[in-house]
Amino acid sequence: MQELGKAEPTSVRVSPKGKTRVTIEKDLSSEEMILNMGPQHPSTHGVLRLECKTDGEVVIEAEPYLGYLHRCFEKHAEMVDYPGIVPFVDRMDYLASMNNDFAFCIAVEKLLDVEIPRRVEFLRVIVSEINRIASHLVAIGTYAIDLGAFTPFLFCFRDREHMLNLLEWTSGARMLYNYILIGGAAYDFPKDFISRTAEFIKYFRPKALELQKLLTENEIFVRRTKGVGMMPADVAVNYGWSGPMLRGSGVEWDLRRVDGYSIYPELDFKVCVPDGKFSDIGDSLSRHLVRALEIEESLNIIEQCLDMIPEEEGFDPRATIPKRIRPKAGEVYGRAENPRGELGFYIVSDGKSTKPLRCKARSSCFVNLSAMKELSHGQLIPDLVSIIGSIDIVLGEVDR
Amino acid sequence: MGDTQENTPQSTEVIAAKAAWQVIGEKFGDAISELDENPFMPFFVVKQSERWREIALFMRDNPKLRFTYMACLSGVDYPEEGKLGIVCNLESLGELGHRIAVKVKCDRDEGSIPSVAKVWKTADWHEREAFDMYGMTFSGHPDLRRILCPEDWEGYPLRKDYEVQETYHGIKVPN
Repeated sequence: MQELGKAEPTSVRVSPKGKTRVTIEKDLSSEEMILNMGPQHPSTHGVLRLECKTDGEVVIEAEPYLGYLHRCFEKHAEMVDYPGIVPFVDRMDYLASMNNDFAFCIAVEKLLDVEIPRRVEFLRVIVSEINRIASHLVAIGTYAIDLGAFTPFLFCFRDREHMLNLLEWTSGARMLYNYILIGGAAYDFPKDFISRTAEFIKYFRPKALELQKLLTENEIFVRRTKGVGMMPADVAVNYGWSGPMLRGSGVEWDLRRVDGYSIYPELDFKVCVPDGKFSDIGDSLSRHLVRALEIEESLNIIEQCLDMIPEEEGFDPRATIPKRIRPKAGEVYGRAENPRGELGFYIVSDGKSTKPLRCKARSSCFVNLSAMKELSHGQLIPDLVSIIGSIDIVLGEVDR
Repeated sequence: MGDTQENTPQSTEVIAAKAAWQVIGEKFGDAISELDENPFMPFFVVKQSERWREIALFMRDNPKLRFTYMACLSGVDYPEEGKLGIVCNLESLGELGHRIAVKVKCDRDEGSIPSVAKVWKTADWHEREAFDMYGMTFSGHPDLRRILCPEDWEGYPLRKDYEVQETYHGIKVPN
C-alpha cells in the first residue's frame, strides 16, 4: 500500500486541455475517504475490486485488487499434458476462446516439427476473426451500458448470437470451443458454412454501421469518453499495453502485422489507429473507436479468407496432429494478437515429458489493467467507470 | 513464421539479438553470460544479479538498444540448481524491432533480485506475481505484496515442491 502522505492533494481538478472541462472544486479543505468499488459492482466487469481514495467526487487514487477468480492456471498446466491445456486456455479469456487457443497452439508448435496444412490455417483465422468481432461487440455493448445507453447493448448481443451460432455449428460449443488443437483443428467446416458466413457478413455490415451511428456519434457518449483517461503513447508502451489500448494511444502496433504469423501476411487489412479528428488521441473514446474500426477490418479479413480458402474434398484437419505431443527441449515465447492485446505463452519443455515444465500466460488484460492507478488519478468517480469500461477487462484472464 | 526459423540456421531475429547482446557486453563485460542462440528465444543470463537494474536501464535508454517494451516477465523454479529466477522478454517496440530475453537468478531461500518496476512499469505487477507464486523478493519494488493469492496464503504455489495447506480459515483446501 502506498502511504497516504504520498498522494498529491487534488482539491482542484485541472482539465487536460483546459477547454472542455471546468474546475469543479477549489480551495476546499477536504478529507480523504476510502470508497470500495466492487468486487460485485456491475461496472467492474466481473470480480474486480477498486479501493478508491476519494476527495469529494474526485478520485485521488484507485488501487485495483485482483485474484477473486484466481485458479492458478499455470499450476494446472504443469499437471496435464499439452492437448489437455487447451481447454484451460479457453477459460482464460472466455469471450475470445478461439484466439486464446490460437496463441497457445502457436507457442507449442514452435517447439514441434509439424507442418500445418494451409486449409487449417484458414480455418483458424476465420474462426478467430469471427470470435474477435463477437468479443469486440461485448466490449462495446457493455461499455455502452456502463455509460447508461441500453439499446446498443441489445443490438450487440443480438448480432453476437449469430456469430456464436456459426462457431457452435463448426465446433460444437457455444463459448468454450477447444477447436484449435496443437497441430491442427478439431473439425473441418460443415457443408455450407462458407456460404452462410458470407451471408452473415452481408447482413452484419449495415448493422455495424448502425451501431456506429447509434453509439459512436452519440453526443452523450462522446461527452462521457472524450478526453477521459488520457494515456500518452510512450507511457502506454512503458506499461506494456498492447492491442486496441496501445493503438488507441496512436501506436501502430498489431502482432498480426508485426509478427505476421499464420496467413496474415497474405491478407490485406489496416492497422486501426484513431486519426485525432473525432477523439483526443489516447483517451477512452479513441480506444472505443479502435474496437469499432477493427470490427470492419475483421469483416474484411473473413471475406478475403472465404475467397481464398483452398477447397479439399474429405479434408481431415486432425490428420496432422501428432499422436503423442512431446515438444523438443527448449523454451519459447509465443504470442498472438487477441481482441484485448498480446496474449503470450512462455513455455519450457524438457524434451522428455508430455507436460510442460513451466507454462506462463502473459495476459493482456492483466497488463492493461496495471495502469489503472495512474489513469484514475484526479478523475471523477463517474469517469472511473468510463475508464474501466474502455480498458475492456475480462477477469478470467486477469486472474487466470 | 516458426517454419522459416527452423529451416534457416540463423534467423534474422537471432542475428539482431546477437548485435544487441554485443552492445550490452561491451559495457557490462563479465556481468552477463554468452548469448544462447536458440532460434525461438535468444537469451542471456545476468551473472551478477545485483547489476540487473543498471543493465535494464541501459537496455531501455541506449539508442542502439531501446528495449522499450517488456512483453513478459515470468518467474521460474530451478530445483536442481537450488535457484529461483525470472525470465524477461524484451522488445524494441516500433523503433528497432529486435527482441531478446534476459534471465536473472537468485537463491531459493530468501533470494532477492533487484526490481525493475521503475524501468518498465509492466514489471510492477509481474514482479508481484512472481513473488506471489515463487517467493523471491524484489529489492526496491515500490509495493511488494501478493497479487493473485490472498494475503494470508501460506507457501508459494508454483514452486515444484509446493504442498497445499490443509485448511484455509477453517475451510478444507481440496487437493
